[in-house]
Amino acid sequence: MKRSDRTLNEIKVTFPSLSQNESFARLAVSGFVSQLNPRVDELADIKTAVSEAVTNCIVHGYRDTVGKVTLVARICEGDEIYIRISDKGCGIEDIDAAMQPLFTSAPEEDRAGLGFTIMESFMDSLSVRSRRGSGTTVTMRKRLTARKA
Amino acid sequence: MNVEIVSNGGLMLALLSGELDHHSAAGARMTIDCAVDAKCPCELYLDFSKVTFMDSSGVGLVMGRYRLLHEYGGTLYIANCRGSIRKVMQVSGMSKLARFVDGDIRARLFSQQAKGEENDEKIRQDVK
Repeated sequence: MKRSDRTLNEIKVTFPSLSQNESFARLAVSGFVSQLNPRVDELADIKTAVSEAVTNCIVHGYRDTVGKVTLVARICEGDEIYIRISDKGCGIEDIDAAMQPLFTSAPEEDRAGLGFTIMESFMDSLSVRSRRGSGTTVTMRKRLTARKA
Repeated sequence: MNVEIVSNGGLMLALLSGELDHHSAAGARMTIDCAVDAKCPCELYLDFSKVTFMDSSGVGLVMGRYRLLHEYGGTLYIANCRGSIRKVMQVSGMSKLARFVDGDIRARLFSQQAKGEENDEKIRQDVK
């Protein structure tokens, strides 16, 4: 367990990139984060961001294939939530372009191209690392305002 | 995700319920598009009052239906977005594509004068 963040608790879940696991990923993170007694809107923000990141792995990372998606969630000191979602899929050619609002490589599937925009605005920080052919890792953090009851 | 379609003349309501994500959006899209293709409503209301979760897949659903209606001059309405669903819609700038309305859309469909601002107001008051 990485200690530099003063991690208090951690989960790691790996699942195949099947679309029915989008709701599972939300539930897993939601259940884990609930021990901090977050506000309803904060929990909704985190679930939405997780849903976007996992959907990206499924729709883009492993387009036309099925591979492993890894989700790590941590509770860090100061009620901060750390989330890392990674795939070993095709990678992103141009991260700056991909992060532009309304950019999508799958318009025919009614993808809005707003995944990164939503992750960015619903979490405190977002970082994306990607290499062509070896995968993409999205890291997000959010500090909760609610204290333990 | 479940979609109930209610139609009256040129007005159509798609009442969405459950979680709207990439996985569930495909089925919802198919149900709505079949109904729209069959009736070409002049007004389509997407009602989110019973949606418990929505990510940008819901925005994609709205954008796609906007394009579909725009092709033949129909108008899209987004109804009863609350909490995080409203936040996702706002961040995505959906107010530029569709009008946001609140209230009992089913009643609006079957009321005699379903159009006009006065009626919008009336429906809102009735619900309160």
